[in-house]
Amino acid sequence: MRSKTFRESYREDIRIFQTMWVKFWLVLFMTGLLSLPLWADPYIIYMVNISGIAIIASMGLNILTGLTGQISLGHAAFVALGAYTSAILASRLGLPFWVTIPAGGIVAAFFGILLGFPCLRLKGLYLAMATMSFGVVVEYGVTHWESLTMGVRGISVPAPTILGYTLGEPSKLFYVTIFFVVLLTIGAKNLSRTRVGRAFVAIRDRDVAAGVIGVNLTKYKVMAFAISSFYGGVAGGLYCYSMTYLHPENFTLLLSIEYIAMIIVGGLGSILGSIFGAVFLTVMPDIIKGIADFMGHKFIFLHGRYDEEWNIAAFGLLIMVFLIVEPTGLNGIWLRIKTSFKNWPFTY
Amino acid sequence: MLYFVQLVISGIAVGSLYALAALGFVLIYKATDIMNFAHGEAMMVGAFVCYALVVAGIPFLWAVLVTTGLAVLFGLITERLVLRPMIGEPQFAVVMITIGLSIFLRSLSGIIFGHDNKVFPSPFAQESLAFKGLVLSYTHLWAIVISGLMVVLFFLFFRYSRVGLAMRGVANDQDTAMLMGISVKRVFALTWGISFAIAAVAGIFLANVMVLNIAISLVAIKAFPAVILGGLESIPGAIIGGLVIGVLEALVGGYLDQTLPGVKDLTAFVVLFLVLMIRPYGLFGKEELDRV
Repeated sequence: MRSKTFRESYREDIRIFQTMWVKFWLVLFMTGLLSLPLWADPYIIYMVNISGIAIIASMGLNILTGLTGQISLGHAAFVALGAYTSAILASRLGLPFWVTIPAGGIVAAFFGILLGFPCLRLKGLYLAMATMSFGVVVEYGVTHWESLTMGVRGISVPAPTILGYTLGEPSKLFYVTIFFVVLLTIGAKNLSRTRVGRAFVAIRDRDVAAGVIGVNLTKYKVMAFAISSFYGGVAGGLYCYSMTYLHPENFTLLLSIEYIAMIIVGGLGSILGSIFGAVFLTVMPDIIKGIADFMGHKFIFLHGRYDEEWNIAAFGLLIMVFLIVEPTGLNGIWLRIKTSFKNWPFTY
Repeated sequence: MLYFVQLVISGIAVGSLYALAALGFVLIYKATDIMNFAHGEAMMVGAFVCYALVVAGIPFLWAVLVTTGLAVLFGLITERLVLRPMIGEPQFAVVMITIGLSIFLRSLSGIIFGHDNKVFPSPFAQESLAFKGLVLSYTHLWAIVISGLMVVLFFLFFRYSRVGLAMRGVANDQDTAMLMGISVKRVFALTWGISFAIAAVAGIFLANVMVLNIAISLVAIKAFPAVILGGLESIPGAIIGGLVIGVLEALVGGYLDQTLPGVKDLTAFVVLFLVLMIRPYGLFGKEELDRV
């Protein structure tokens, strides 16, 4: 059982790493992660890249929906904006990736502010519809503004370079992705410790009361939209380099719903939860394929019937099951396991 | 001028289908305060089941009746399995679970029924009614007639029948309704059953008007703007909202399609956004007061 963890000051209370062991395990994990290209299968590296992008996007959405309580069904629009900005800047102007990816984030943040202002008065269901229609409008704009985005013909993105050293393959792009993931995770984790983060949580819990105490609702709601869309934009920028070819039909309403599923499955409002949810939903198609293949040997009528559709069905089912059975998500399960270990042999 | 009137008439025809879809939404919202994002999928499942029955040789009218019965059953099962555990949860969770249900149903139908376009063997005469240069197909005419009939039926049902009154009571105040002896669980189950039945009828009509495939569920996404325009709590609002969206879409499609291709699909969402900015409660909805 954990002992000698008495907090004697506020600073100790909000410390991120509460004990030495946590730091140790984190260092161990990070060395393992950073050495991954040396010993892992290229497919695993590719999956880690995709998960990294999903982690950034779902973290952004978690800041908006989990921390601030604003339901947003339009997150894919911000990812699309970031992706297309990076792609256009890289392919037309030849700017390096450490300019285009943040630029994608900034453009997405700009549109986030644009969306945030009209949505100040809306709550719950109405906000979900408004953000959904924003997503549809952006999708339409991206598909039909051919002169800028090449519409359905798609944009082909050149590989990122740094100091003349090309980073095209997944194992090199891995380091770029990990860099952004670590940076943005630290940012998000620290955000909840600051005044801004507390304001967000206050808005989620009782916004009228928050307004009464003096939290400037306009400023913080728009800020939440801006930060969340910045994250989405950066994720989009990484996405375009990872896929090297952008097409508008990647950024539909289904993608927004996928991100929401990630934060629900992972756990609303928690950073670790978005990581869990993103990784889980990224590897889920492979798990399902494995299960379908396995079942195909047992039950002949299922053999060879697996296709993409099963993923989507499983995905909808997963949302429903998690909401009914485990509303706090994977993070809730993780916290329960951790607490039971921490408190052993006592139960509380 | 003639072009304009023609557009308006085809707009009304399409709008009456939106209105029928919107009717099911408003029904559930009025009784249970839940927005059922899976309504489009209920329409699609109804259309597919009817198609399967008609293809198996059952005459059209019987197929419709059987489908409606099955839809009621389906609604009851959905309410019991998916919505009952969600009572008392925050609105976000309920919205998400209906979205999850919609995705699940859509892909399940894709797996079971396949993705190819099926043509519904239509019982309606294929020719159109022509009057002084204005054309209206019989299918559309029937759609308008049936929508109108259902609106009247619903109005009478809610106003004059005991069950309708019970539903309105539950929508107004659940606790008081329980005190009055109304079984809220039964009312919820019935509401979902009836809503799915309407959805099935709307789906069958849509399958007649357009080709039958998974995309039918996406038509319901256009019914959201109709509902919000009319006001979430009001049945006449849903009908009027559906008609307005249908007409606006037809007009925008007719006049603006050359300059901005595909803008027709966008109209409904732009209208939705504008309505949410200017008057979120819609034309006939009641203003929701935030009691602290």
